[in-house]
Amino acid sequence: MLPDEKGYYGPYGGRFVPETLIPALDELAAAYIGIKDDKQFWSRMEILGHDYSGRPTPLYFAEMLTRHCGGAQIYLKREDLAHTGAHKINNALGQGLLAQKMGKQRIIAETGAGQHGVATAAVCAMLGLKCVVYMGEEDVRRQSLNMFRMKLMGAEVRPVSSGSQTLKDAINEAIRDWVTNVGDSYYLIGSVVGPHPYPLMVRDFQAVIGRETRRQVLEKCSKLPDYIVACVGGGSNAIGIFHPFIGETEVKLIGVEAAGDGINTGRHAASLSRGKPGVLHGALSYLLQDSDGQVMETHSISAGLDYPGVGPEHSYYKDNHRAEYVAVDDLECLDAFQLLCKLEGIMPALESAHAVAHAVKLAGKLDRDKIIVINLSGRGDKDTGIVADALGVTL
Amino acid sequence: MSRISNVFQKDGRKALIAYITTGYPSMEATLKVAPLLAEAGCDIIELGIPFSDPLADGVTIQNATHQALLNGVTVKKCLEAAGQIRRKVSVPLVFMGYLNPILHYGPEKFCADCAKAGIDGLIIPDLPPGELPALDDSAARHGIDVISFLAPNSSDARIKEVSGKAQGFIYLVSVTGVTGVRKGLSSDLKGFIARVRQATDLPLCIGFGISSAEQAAQAAELADGVIIGSRIIQLMEDGQKSYKKLREFLGEVRHGIGG
Ligand SMILES: Cc1ncc(COP(=O)(O)O)c(C=O)c1O
Repeated sequence: MLPDEKGYYGPYGGRFVPETLIPALDELAAAYIGIKDDKQFWSRMEILGHDYSGRPTPLYFAEMLTRHCGGAQIYLKREDLAHTGAHKINNALGQGLLAQKMGKQRIIAETGAGQHGVATAAVCAMLGLKCVVYMGEEDVRRQSLNMFRMKLMGAEVRPVSSGSQTLKDAINEAIRDWVTNVGDSYYLIGSVVGPHPYPLMVRDFQAVIGRETRRQVLEKCSKLPDYIVACVGGGSNAIGIFHPFIGETEVKLIGVEAAGDGINTGRHAASLSRGKPGVLHGALSYLLQDSDGQVMETHSISAGLDYPGVGPEHSYYKDNHRAEYVAVDDLECLDAFQLLCKLEGIMPALESAHAVAHAVKLAGKLDRDKIIVINLSGRGDKDTGIVADALGVTL
Repeated sequence: MSRISNVFQKDGRKALIAYITTGYPSMEATLKVAPLLAEAGCDIIELGIPFSDPLADGVTIQNATHQALLNGVTVKKCLEAAGQIRRKVSVPLVFMGYLNPILHYGPEKFCADCAKAGIDGLIIPDLPPGELPALDDSAARHGIDVISFLAPNSSDARIKEVSGKAQGFIYLVSVTGVTGVRKGLSSDLKGFIARVRQATDLPLCIGFGISSAEQAAQAAELADGVIIGSRIIQLMEDGQKSYKKLREFLGEVRHGIGG
């Protein structure tokens, strides 16, 4: 079972961090091992997952979308219906409970689209923990609604003006805070990225998506799905739904990255499709970098996918071909966003709309007895302003 | 005996280690300031290789490395600059840089080119000892010391483990935090250094936050050397005009830690 004890998935992963963080990662890894078989912890997770987050989220047969595509049957795993509007709550809840168990009083988080920040703010409010969220200035501008939601739930939001002012820079700043306040603070990272044990821990907290999907699809269809399609920013919603199916090689797994202005324009965020292995934020993984090993600025209409790195486990699945990684550009994403609104009355997050766009292309080419599950990772309320702008509509 | 180890052979003399960012505020400045540092009594010069995401650095070095990147500084240009500086100074030269540009350049080629340029050691803040054996092997092959860090929160077991692998000197981080100018020294520094001292005979140098002659003097009493970075970068902000101020500052520090 991956990763190995040093946190490697094949050649990827590891712990590439300043020495000051090594004791904190050791402490975290020990605490995580401590709860792995702790029935009380997992039963509390399950109760709160049910009563607070609203799990299990439904698996919905998208009949109108299926008919429109004229091929495979399309199901949506409705993470958009989870509390705070995205899959991010699964991880925030798990790590929040772990932090509380470790006796940490102050939580640090980063956020791109704001969904992880909102989920963390919510969990901190509920558990009575202090919460500081770093968010790039560019993202504060484009996701101002989420910024306000975090503040309403008592979080302190610190805008980050360094670098590209997006998710990557928010993570840099969160890590600097953590290095400085390592004694009393817990860094609640929002995806399957960062140094070991984060990619492992976040995967385990998100794997509930895949476990539910497996049960639900067997109930409804009496067979496993043929394809699972999920968007990939850092890769947590994708790993979460992929994980219980990794051993079942007849289930094809597809991760969809952001091609931004176009995969060949150099203005995108497709780390797996166009990056090379490198080290950012504590792990070795595919990374968008220039000819001198400097990390590149990324571009995507979707703040949650606007990140030059990706979780190390995805790098491993890319190389061993267990999963396939494709990219969808901003225009295709906007079309899919509108299509799902019109046909199903469901407004996806722009991140999730990338997965919808690819699934729509795929479904038309497949027979009607094939099953595609899309991980609809979040809802699109936060994105209405961006979509209106892109469509030239003044609100 | 490496050139770095030699620095610590002089009976009781405390080492002064100065950091500058290669190419900040300009490459010309780097080439002028490095010899100035050696003349002013610095025993080791750290040349920073800029990186887009310097997550162990505070604002001063963040801004300096950002400016250096805007100036077009690359790993190759850092190596060229090191080669030119090596022709002018005899003190050890150490590269301080984040892992990714080195990985991208290729660890073996990088270490080979470092040796050619006259680089004596590497300080890589996001590379814990043992995490990338390929780099350690290449460095050893080319006679380059890889400097290890320890922090006040390092456990005794970790101190023992890192001391066992360390080369040249051990870089003791004075506080849990990032680089940057600070007012005072941490009060638990003494206990931390005592814990490391028990585990190793290697020279110990204190860095992060040291920004005045008084702080340097206090730190030097506890250890074998002091490392100053952000304060020097601040003093270089005004280009040519600031060289006099820089020389004065280093003179005070040198005096403070004993000539
Ligand atoms: C709705 C939604 N989906 C997906 C993502 C991308 O993250 P990940 O790849 O970790 O699932 C985000 C991140 O903000 C998000 O808000």
